[in-house]
Amino acid sequence: MIPLQHFLIVSAGLLCLGLYIVLVRKNAVAILMGIELILNGASIAFVAFSRYVSGAVTGQTFVIFIIIIAVCEAAVALAIILNIYQNFRTVDTDQTKELKG
Amino acid sequence: MQFSDLIYQMIFYAVAAIVLGSAVIVALSRNIVYSAFALLLTFFSIAGVYVFLSAEFLAVAQVVIYVGGILVLIIFAVMLTNKVKDVNLSNPSAPAYIAGPLVALIFAGLVWLITSTPWKVALSQDMGTVNDIGNILMGKYMLAFEVAAVLLLGALLGAAYLARPVRSAHGRKNNTLSGSDSTLSDASNGARKERN
Repeated sequence: MIPLQHFLIVSAGLLCLGLYIVLVRKNAVAILMGIELILNGASIAFVAFSRYVSGAVTGQTFVIFIIIIAVCEAAVALAIILNIYQNFRTVDTDQTKELKG
Repeated sequence: MQFSDLIYQMIFYAVAAIVLGSAVIVALSRNIVYSAFALLLTFFSIAGVYVFLSAEFLAVAQVVIYVGGILVLIIFAVMLTNKVKDVNLSNPSAPAYIAGPLVALIFAGLVWLITSTPWKVALSQDMGTVNDIGNILMGKYMLAFEVAAVLLLGALLGAAYLARPVRSAHGRKNNTLSGSDSTLSDASNGARKERN
Protein backbone atom coordinates (compact mmCIF):
# COMPACT_ATOMS: atom_id res chain seq x y z
CA MET A 1 0.00 0.00 0.00
CA ILE A 2 1.22 3.46 -0.77
CA PRO A 3 1.70 5.64 2.31
CA LEU A 4 -0.21 8.88 2.73
CA GLN A 5 3.00 10.89 2.79
CA HIS A 6 3.79 10.19 -0.85
CA PHE A 7 0.47 11.59 -2.03
CA LEU A 8 1.09 14.65 0.12
CA ILE A 9 4.57 15.11 -1.36
CA VAL A 10 3.10 15.05 -4.88
CA SER A 11 0.56 17.63 -3.74
CA ALA A 12 3.26 19.83 -2.20
CA GLY A 13 5.34 19.56 -5.38
CA LEU A 14 2.43 20.72 -7.52
CA LEU A 15 1.80 23.61 -5.13
CA CYS A 16 5.44 24.75 -5.24
CA LEU A 17 5.70 24.47 -9.03
CA GLY A 18 2.51 26.50 -9.40
CA LEU A 19 3.87 29.08 -7.00
CA TYR A 20 7.09 29.26 -9.02
CA ILE A 21 5.12 29.85 -12.22
CA VAL A 22 3.05 32.60 -10.60
CA LEU A 23 6.20 34.30 -9.31
CA VAL A 24 8.40 33.98 -12.38
CA ARG A 25 6.23 34.13 -15.48
CA LYS A 26 5.14 37.37 -17.05
CA ASN A 27 2.55 36.00 -19.45
CA ALA A 28 -0.94 36.25 -17.94
CA VAL A 29 -2.06 32.93 -19.44
CA ALA A 30 0.98 31.21 -17.90
CA ILE A 31 0.10 32.69 -14.51
CA LEU A 32 -3.37 31.20 -14.94
CA MET A 33 -1.76 27.81 -15.61
CA GLY A 34 0.19 28.17 -12.35
CA ILE A 35 -3.02 28.89 -10.46
CA GLU A 36 -4.57 25.74 -11.93
CA LEU A 37 -1.57 23.72 -10.74
CA ILE A 38 -1.94 25.14 -7.22
CA LEU A 39 -5.64 24.24 -7.16
CA ASN A 40 -4.87 20.71 -8.36
CA GLY A 41 -2.26 20.24 -5.65
CA ALA A 42 -4.79 21.28 -3.03
CA SER A 43 -7.32 18.88 -4.55
CA ILE A 44 -4.92 15.93 -4.29
CA ALA A 45 -4.29 16.75 -0.63
CA PHE A 46 -8.04 16.90 0.04
CA VAL A 47 -8.72 13.54 -1.60
CA ALA A 48 -5.72 11.91 0.12
CA PHE A 49 -6.87 13.05 3.55
CA SER A 50 -10.42 12.00 2.75
CA ARG A 51 -9.21 8.50 1.84
CA TYR A 52 -6.59 7.95 4.52
CA VAL A 53 -7.58 9.99 7.55
CA SER A 54 -11.25 10.91 7.73
CA GLY A 55 -12.73 7.96 5.88
CA ALA A 56 -15.70 10.02 4.72
CA VAL A 57 -16.52 11.34 1.28
CA THR A 58 -16.41 15.00 2.39
CA GLY A 59 -12.99 15.67 0.89
CA GLN A 60 -14.13 14.53 -2.53
CA THR A 61 -17.17 16.79 -2.28
CA PHE A 62 -14.86 19.67 -1.49
CA VAL A 63 -12.80 18.88 -4.58
CA ILE A 64 -15.95 19.11 -6.69
CA PHE A 65 -16.43 22.65 -5.40
CA ILE A 66 -12.76 23.41 -6.11
CA ILE A 67 -13.28 22.28 -9.72
CA ILE A 68 -16.38 24.47 -10.04
CA ILE A 69 -14.47 27.50 -8.77
CA ALA A 70 -11.54 26.73 -11.08
CA VAL A 71 -13.91 26.66 -14.06
CA CYS A 72 -15.43 30.04 -13.12
CA GLU A 73 -12.01 31.54 -12.54
CA ALA A 74 -10.65 30.26 -15.84
CA ALA A 75 -13.62 31.51 -17.85
CA VAL A 76 -13.64 35.01 -16.34
CA ALA A 77 -9.85 35.34 -16.31
CA LEU A 78 -9.55 34.34 -19.96
CA ALA A 79 -12.27 36.81 -20.94
CA ILE A 80 -10.32 39.52 -19.08
CA ILE A 81 -7.07 38.42 -20.74
CA LEU A 82 -8.61 38.60 -24.21
CA ASN A 83 -9.91 42.09 -23.42
CA ILE A 84 -6.45 43.12 -22.21
CA TYR A 85 -4.95 41.75 -25.41
CA GLN A 86 -7.47 43.70 -27.42
CA ASN A 87 -6.59 46.94 -25.66
CA PHE A 88 -2.83 46.60 -25.13
CA ARG A 89 -1.79 44.14 -27.87
CA THR A 90 0.12 42.16 -25.24
CA VAL A 91 -0.60 39.95 -22.24
CA ASP A 92 2.65 40.82 -20.52
CA THR A 93 1.76 41.69 -16.94
CA ASP A 94 4.66 44.15 -16.69
CA GLN A 95 3.44 46.28 -19.56
CA THR A 96 -0.25 46.49 -18.75
CA LYS A 97 0.00 49.29 -16.24
CA GLU A 98 -2.82 51.67 -17.10
CA LEU A 99 -6.07 51.21 -15.28
CA LYS A 100 -8.33 53.44 -17.34
CA GLY A 101 -7.84 52.20 -20.87
CA MET B 1 0.65 -11.01 -3.80
CA GLN B 2 4.11 -9.50 -3.55
CA PHE B 3 4.50 -9.21 -7.28
CA SER B 4 1.14 -7.49 -7.83
CA ASP B 5 1.95 -5.12 -4.99
CA LEU B 6 5.22 -4.29 -6.67
CA ILE B 7 3.48 -3.60 -9.99
CA TYR B 8 0.90 -1.43 -8.20
CA GLN B 9 3.59 0.64 -6.54
CA MET B 10 5.61 0.95 -9.73
CA ILE B 11 2.59 2.27 -11.62
CA PHE B 12 1.84 4.76 -8.85
CA TYR B 13 5.38 6.12 -8.78
CA ALA B 14 5.41 6.34 -12.58
CA VAL B 15 2.19 8.37 -12.49
CA ALA B 16 3.55 10.60 -9.73
CA ALA B 17 6.73 11.14 -11.72
CA ILE B 18 4.69 12.11 -14.78
CA VAL B 19 2.67 14.58 -12.68
CA LEU B 20 5.74 16.29 -11.27
CA GLY B 21 7.83 16.03 -14.44
CA SER B 22 5.22 17.56 -16.71
CA ALA B 23 4.56 20.26 -14.11
CA VAL B 24 8.28 21.04 -14.23
CA ILE B 25 8.00 21.34 -18.01
CA VAL B 26 5.04 23.71 -17.54
CA ALA B 27 7.13 25.80 -15.19
CA LEU B 28 10.42 25.87 -17.08
CA SER B 29 9.49 25.75 -20.76
CA ARG B 30 10.28 28.97 -22.60
CA ASN B 31 7.52 28.48 -25.14
CA ILE B 32 4.04 28.86 -23.72
CA VAL B 33 2.55 26.44 -26.25
CA TYR B 34 4.78 23.70 -24.85
CA SER B 35 3.64 24.72 -21.37
CA ALA B 36 0.00 24.35 -22.38
CA PHE B 37 0.52 20.87 -23.80
CA ALA B 38 2.56 19.77 -20.78
CA LEU B 39 -0.36 20.96 -18.67
CA LEU B 40 -2.53 18.50 -20.61
CA LEU B 41 -0.26 15.66 -19.47
CA THR B 42 -0.32 16.96 -15.90
CA PHE B 43 -4.11 17.00 -15.75
CA PHE B 44 -4.36 13.49 -17.21
CA SER B 45 -1.90 12.05 -14.73
CA ILE B 46 -3.60 13.83 -11.83
CA ALA B 47 -6.70 11.88 -12.86
CA GLY B 48 -4.51 8.77 -12.50
CA VAL B 49 -3.55 9.84 -8.97
CA TYR B 50 -7.27 10.15 -8.16
CA VAL B 51 -7.76 6.57 -9.34
CA PHE B 52 -5.05 5.44 -6.91
CA LEU B 53 -6.95 7.25 -4.17
CA SER B 54 -10.07 5.27 -5.22
CA ALA B 55 -11.90 8.45 -6.25
CA GLU B 56 -13.06 7.31 -9.67
CA PHE B 57 -15.78 9.90 -10.00
CA LEU B 58 -13.27 12.69 -9.47
CA ALA B 59 -10.92 11.10 -12.00
CA VAL B 60 -13.64 11.18 -14.64
CA ALA B 61 -14.63 14.72 -13.64
CA GLN B 62 -10.98 15.76 -13.89
CA VAL B 63 -10.68 14.41 -17.43
CA VAL B 64 -14.01 15.85 -18.57
CA ILE B 65 -13.78 19.30 -16.96
CA TYR B 66 -10.07 20.06 -16.82
CA VAL B 67 -8.86 18.40 -19.99
CA GLY B 68 -12.05 18.91 -21.96
CA GLY B 69 -12.95 22.36 -20.71
CA ILE B 70 -10.34 24.43 -18.95
CA LEU B 71 -7.40 23.26 -21.01
CA VAL B 72 -9.21 23.94 -24.28
CA LEU B 73 -9.97 27.45 -22.99
CA ILE B 74 -6.32 27.95 -22.03
CA ILE B 75 -5.05 26.74 -25.40
CA PHE B 76 -7.60 29.03 -27.08
CA ALA B 77 -6.25 31.97 -25.10
CA VAL B 78 -2.65 31.00 -25.86
CA MET B 79 -3.35 30.79 -29.57
CA LEU B 80 -5.30 34.06 -29.59
CA THR B 81 -2.83 36.11 -27.59
CA ASN B 82 0.52 34.83 -28.83
CA LYS B 83 2.31 34.37 -32.03
CA VAL B 84 3.17 30.68 -31.89
CA LYS B 85 6.86 31.13 -32.52
CA ASP B 86 7.21 34.06 -30.18
CA VAL B 87 9.08 32.91 -27.08
CA ASN B 88 9.89 36.31 -25.65
CA LEU B 89 6.55 36.73 -23.93
CA SER B 90 7.41 34.17 -21.25
CA ASN B 91 10.60 35.73 -20.00
CA PRO B 92 11.06 35.79 -16.22
CA SER B 93 9.35 38.59 -14.32
CA ALA B 94 10.71 38.00 -10.82
CA PRO B 95 14.28 36.82 -11.25
CA ALA B 96 14.44 33.05 -11.11
CA TYR B 97 17.38 33.12 -8.75
CA ILE B 98 15.17 34.71 -6.11
CA ALA B 99 11.95 32.80 -6.78
CA GLY B 100 13.64 29.40 -7.21
CA PRO B 101 15.34 29.17 -3.80
CA LEU B 102 12.26 30.64 -2.13
CA VAL B 103 10.00 28.00 -3.64
CA ALA B 104 12.57 25.27 -2.90
CA LEU B 105 12.63 26.42 0.71
CA ILE B 106 8.85 26.25 0.94
CA PHE B 107 8.91 22.77 -0.62
CA ALA B 108 11.57 21.56 1.80
CA GLY B 109 9.55 22.90 4.72
CA LEU B 110 6.40 21.18 3.48
CA VAL B 111 8.22 17.86 2.98
CA TRP B 112 9.71 18.10 6.47
CA LEU B 113 6.22 18.82 7.86
CA ILE B 114 4.68 15.92 5.96
CA THR B 115 7.30 13.36 6.92
CA SER B 116 7.64 14.39 10.56
CA THR B 117 3.94 14.54 11.43
CA PRO B 118 2.49 11.30 12.87
CA TRP B 119 -0.69 11.04 10.77
CA LYS B 120 -3.53 9.05 12.27
CA VAL B 121 -4.13 6.85 9.26
CA ALA B 122 -7.37 4.88 9.30
CA LEU B 123 -7.79 3.38 5.85
CA SER B 124 -11.39 2.81 4.94
CA GLN B 125 -12.27 0.09 2.50
CA ASP B 126 -15.36 1.17 0.60
CA MET B 127 -15.83 4.82 -0.17
CA GLY B 128 -16.03 7.31 -2.96
CA THR B 129 -18.90 5.88 -4.91
CA VAL B 130 -20.99 8.25 -6.98
CA ASN B 131 -23.92 7.30 -4.78
CA ASP B 132 -22.22 8.68 -1.66
CA ILE B 133 -21.17 11.88 -3.39
CA GLY B 134 -24.68 12.47 -4.74
CA ASN B 135 -26.25 11.88 -1.36
CA ILE B 136 -23.90 14.24 0.42
CA LEU B 137 -24.24 16.93 -2.29
CA MET B 138 -28.02 16.83 -2.17
CA GLY B 139 -28.21 16.44 1.60
CA LYS B 140 -25.60 17.94 3.86
CA TYR B 141 -24.06 20.37 1.36
CA MET B 142 -27.25 21.45 -0.38
CA LEU B 143 -26.65 25.14 0.37
CA ALA B 144 -23.09 25.07 -0.94
CA PHE B 145 -24.33 23.28 -4.05
CA GLU B 146 -26.88 26.00 -4.75
CA VAL B 147 -24.34 28.75 -4.08
CA ALA B 148 -22.02 27.05 -6.57
CA ALA B 149 -24.84 27.10 -9.11
CA VAL B 150 -25.30 30.84 -8.55
CA LEU B 151 -21.53 31.31 -8.87
CA LEU B 152 -21.55 29.50 -12.21
CA LEU B 153 -24.39 31.73 -13.40
CA GLY B 154 -22.44 34.80 -12.29
CA ALA B 155 -19.33 33.62 -14.10
CA LEU B 156 -21.40 32.95 -17.23
CA LEU B 157 -22.88 36.45 -17.16
CA GLY B 158 -19.54 38.04 -16.33
CA ALA B 159 -17.66 36.28 -19.10
CA ALA B 160 -20.39 37.09 -21.62
CA TYR B 161 -20.32 40.75 -20.51
CA LEU B 162 -16.53 40.96 -20.73
CA ALA B 163 -16.37 39.27 -24.11
CA ARG B 164 -19.07 41.40 -25.70
CA PRO B 165 -18.21 43.29 -28.88
CA VAL B 166 -16.87 46.79 -28.34
CA ARG B 167 -19.18 49.47 -29.73
CA SER B 168 -17.43 52.31 -31.49
CA ALA B 169 -20.04 54.75 -30.14
CA HIS B 170 -18.56 54.41 -26.67
CA GLY B 171 -15.46 56.25 -27.81
CA ARG B 172 -13.02 53.50 -26.85
CA LYS B 173 -9.38 53.77 -27.77
CA ASN B 174 -9.40 50.89 -30.17
CA ASN B 175 -12.01 52.17 -32.57
CA THR B 176 -10.14 50.67 -35.47
CA LEU B 177 -11.62 47.31 -34.63
CA SER B 178 -14.96 46.56 -36.15
CA GLY B 179 -17.78 46.70 -33.66
CA SER B 180 -19.95 44.04 -35.14
CA ASP B 181 -17.64 41.09 -34.69
CA SER B 182 -17.19 39.21 -31.47
CA THR B 183 -14.15 39.72 -29.27
CA LEU B 184 -12.59 36.44 -30.26
CA SER B 185 -12.64 37.22 -33.94
CA ASP B 186 -11.47 40.74 -33.20
CA ALA B 187 -8.46 39.42 -31.34
CA SER B 188 -7.66 36.92 -34.04
CA ASN B 189 -8.04 39.60 -36.71
CA GLY B 190 -5.67 41.78 -34.76
CA ALA B 191 -3.18 38.98 -34.42
CA ARG B 192 -3.39 38.34 -38.15
CA LYS B 193 -2.85 42.05 -38.82
CA GLU B 194 0.19 42.08 -36.61
CA ARG B 195 1.66 39.06 -38.27
CA ASN B 196 1.45 40.67 -41.69
